[in-house]
Amino acid sequence: MSEDVSKHRLTVPVKDPDELLGLKAGDIVYLDGTLITARDKAHQRMFEEGREPPVDLKGAAIFHAGPVVREVDGDYELVVVGPTTSTRMAKYLEDALEAGVRVIVGKGGMGAKAPELMEGRAVYLTAPGGCAALLAERVKRIRDVHWLDLGIPEAMWVLEVSEFGPLIVTVDAHGNELSAGE
Amino acid sequence: MAEEEAEEELVESIAEATVKALKVAETRLPDDVKESLESARESESNERARMILDAILENVRIAEEKGLPMCQDTGLITVIAEVGRRFPIRLAETIQEGVKRGVQRATKEVPLRPNVVHPITRENTGDNTGRRAPVIRFVPTKGEELRLHFMPKGFGSENSSAVTRLLPTEGLDGIWDFVLETVKKAGGMPCPPIVLGVGVGGTIEEAAFLAKLALFRPLNVRNPDPALADLEDRLLEAVNELGIGPMGLGGDTTALAVNIEMAYTHTAGLPVAVNIQCWANRRATAIIYPDGFYEIVQDDYPRGEVE
Repeated sequence: MSEDVSKHRLTVPVKDPDELLGLKAGDIVYLDGTLITARDKAHQRMFEEGREPPVDLKGAAIFHAGPVVREVDGDYELVVVGPTTSTRMAKYLEDALEAGVRVIVGKGGMGAKAPELMEGRAVYLTAPGGCAALLAERVKRIRDVHWLDLGIPEAMWVLEVSEFGPLIVTVDAHGNELSAGE
Repeated sequence: MAEEEAEEELVESIAEATVKALKVAETRLPDDVKESLESARESESNERARMILDAILENVRIAEEKGLPMCQDTGLITVIAEVGRRFPIRLAETIQEGVKRGVQRATKEVPLRPNVVHPITRENTGDNTGRRAPVIRFVPTKGEELRLHFMPKGFGSENSSAVTRLLPTEGLDGIWDFVLETVKKAGGMPCPPIVLGVGVGGTIEEAAFLAKLALFRPLNVRNPDPALADLEDRLLEAVNELGIGPMGLGGDTTALAVNIEMAYTHTAGLPVAVNIQCWANRRATAIIYPDGFYEIVQDDYPRGEVE
């Protein structure tokens, strides 16, 4: 592979889904705005137990991640944060998209149905796995936390991010998926 | 009474050493792993793969410089405790107590993410300990001292691991296919470039333990048995030919090393286990002397010999 890799900036939440059409599988993208973490238990609570999401998911960017945090005077400070395996959340993809999620950040892929389900409305971005110290430098602050009763990794953390990446467009909104060997 | 005090001192010493070893393991990648990642970066031909390897190396640098955990999955703490002759095994409980105390403290001080939950209720204990957690395996050795080999193990990679029982007649071909199948199935899930620990023989849990033991061995040390060393080299080549690449997005670098450990088994069976480790092959060893003094190193590893 010798072609130049395109690089983009994207503001989240996404106001106009057409903005996603400029991203092609294999491109590199950096996010600015708000990222909301959600893992197994938050997904289960929203989409199996039918609980109202504690944050607005319209146009939202969901981050499959559980941070390391430090409690300082009753507030939480971010220590590091990086992606967890997205395939565990693949069974909730349709529900998440229905709820308005337009950007998903994780690692390891989003399941075989992802290109079809995300076509025309959402993208899946791979964050370099394990690069939690690097990615934490791009998080400005923890703005909020919901459902802390699920435990620190499984709670929904609302993160304010700036130039968050590098993220690799792995499923684009044109129905394409980047996979090994391309 | 004096004996109790001495034991409490030892527990405290082990706890302190545990905190320090975990801090090192979580924030500083061992040199052999760093060097292996750097050399993979040099020879990688895929541009996107090179970008990911650059991000990993940059991440490792930031984590070490700032004393931050390199990965948010600070793992399930796994320990191989090599108990030397001056540490009679009756102190197993003392060792366990010291390690647990250390893990609880490290959770606050490093800090670590509280990862340990009840397997069914999923209730988080909040301090990375619980029944049989951290995982501690005791191995008696000839040495004088106690060597606590720590591996904080992430679960993206642990979840990609597998155990099987092959037929004796499937032999080497069967082992070969099982390793490659396991890696293929794992794809990008375990955060490649991966390290593979392969356990061959023994019983089902012995094979699984050997696969984990293999991951403690530095990447630049081959199995002392030439036939197994050769198999390690050939399997590594075959795994990298799969083209899975860093994070499963393609490239030449799927694995950094394949480490194999072997035990004799029953004539009717061939247990095989593959334990996958992510690129963050985090390790540190606390060497604790009978007087309570200790040192932390990153180039020691358990041989697993019960002599």
